[in-house]
Amino acid sequence: MIDVQLSAVLKSREDTEDPAPFKPKLRVRALDFYYGNFQALKSVSLDIPEHKVTAFIGPSGCGKSTLLRTFNRMYSLYPDQRAEGEVLLDGENLITSEEDVSLLRARIGMVFQKPTPFPMSIYDNIAFGVRLFERLGRGRMDERVEWALKRAALWNEVRDKLGQSGYSLSGGQQQRLCIARAIAIRPEILLLDEPCSALDPISTAHIEELIYELADEYTVVMVTHNMQQAARVSDWTAYMYLGELVEFDVTDNIFLKPKKKETEDYITGRFG
Amino acid sequence: MSAAEQVPSAIHSGNRLYRERKRTNFILLVISGVAIGFGLFWLVWILGTLLYEGGHALARATLYYQMTPPPGADGGLANAIAGSLVMVAAGTLIGTPVGILAGTYLAEYGRHGWLAGATRFLNDVLLSAPSIVIGLFVYSVYVAKVKHFSAWAGALALAMIVVPVVVRTTDDMLKLVPNTLREAAMALGCPVWKMITSITYKAARVGILTGVLLAVARISGETAPLLFTALNNQFWSTNMNAPMANLPMVIFQFAMSPYEDWHRLAWGGAALITLAVLVLNILARSLFARSQYS
Repeated sequence: MIDVQLSAVLKSREDTEDPAPFKPKLRVRALDFYYGNFQALKSVSLDIPEHKVTAFIGPSGCGKSTLLRTFNRMYSLYPDQRAEGEVLLDGENLITSEEDVSLLRARIGMVFQKPTPFPMSIYDNIAFGVRLFERLGRGRMDERVEWALKRAALWNEVRDKLGQSGYSLSGGQQQRLCIARAIAIRPEILLLDEPCSALDPISTAHIEELIYELADEYTVVMVTHNMQQAARVSDWTAYMYLGELVEFDVTDNIFLKPKKKETEDYITGRFG
Repeated sequence: MSAAEQVPSAIHSGNRLYRERKRTNFILLVISGVAIGFGLFWLVWILGTLLYEGGHALARATLYYQMTPPPGADGGLANAIAGSLVMVAAGTLIGTPVGILAGTYLAEYGRHGWLAGATRFLNDVLLSAPSIVIGLFVYSVYVAKVKHFSAWAGALALAMIVVPVVVRTTDDMLKLVPNTLREAAMALGCPVWKMITSITYKAARVGILTGVLLAVARISGETAPLLFTALNNQFWSTNMNAPMANLPMVIFQFAMSPYEDWHRLAWGGAALITLAVLVLNILARSLFARSQYS
């Protein structure tokens, strides 16, 4: 049943493309990841295409969030977590990079599973990140905030209450605020860790639409539990299981003609 | 058809397990009610006596502008009130920054090391140390060296009581800030110090402020640390390097005396401290309540 629905979804998409060679933004090579003694990623290698949406799917605990969190070295906040291998951003290995991790994280934005507005006004939530790297006058900052909120499809709902607390918004609005905050500093890559899992269907639809549009300017990588969501918004999909990358291909191929039996079992719901 | 479906449902008001549970609940309710009554009885008695005995003294304006009198003369507590205010303020100003910074280290920087664990343990010891020990400590390291009692020594002793209270509340309140908020700030490329000052302090500010207010309430009534440090002064003094009058010491001295006038003033001073602490506590609570529902 599920694959019938999925093919309907996929047919409705206009751009069914060939697995043509692409320009990779991030190259992952033989990446291992450890939580203490537990190995959470086992020699993962894949290329994340530039200006496309790439989705990581797989059952809970398969390592998809872990993989995402290596891309901005979020794991380095926790001393018992470590990564080995290569994640190449424009040819430089992030894992061993000497570059200040703050600069790296500014180039790679991230949005989390639960909305995380800062305890400040809607305006300052956006301006906070911008002020870290740019000294803008009041007028230009206003423009930037408006631009980011428009890009995140939130401007019309908050334009009259920019001074109110970020917590005064609904869950879906808070999540769009977080997306606006991430894109306001103009990163190159946007990481989304299950961005819709705490949201209702209408907010989810808003955000999915947004993700699709964002791929014009950003390289988007998202983790999702929801296979329909991966099918709807992503160009490329990686299926992971028990810390290994099982299959990585154009989304249509993964859902319509997966090469591996495990992938097929998972997406058709025989396993999961 | 399984066996479970053949027996009648056990869910009815005559069920033995259900009745036993209700009876246990009733017994526990009675016991905890008696315990509350016991506690409140003494508390109300103390407060009632204090207000009854001290009320007259509080109502007299001379309490607030006349100096502590010699025996047999009329007077007030002006020098003691001022001395207490000065030393509590100085103690708070010295102790609060130290406490907040140390608490910040424990909750934000030292999470994964042994140093934070050890510091937290020592801080808890200090938190429950008898205040007379702190008074004696300041006496031996400061008063004995400069060879005179002083208001600075008193403020220092009070600051040492403020520090562990503020460390503890700052640590606890910062730990309540969800980690996702920290990760979100770091994901923007925010340095750690900026994340702490702009995000986690903001999220925890009401809790931290509550801790400071509670520390102020705690030191307002401390007598033992002042006994060996600020001592007392019968006259008005603004010299921080000399002994200074303060409410707890005056209460102690006057209450032990045989003079009726002094007794009245001691009651007045005790009622004054209690009311001030009450106001501080109410302020702290209302701040905290407001943060939880905003």
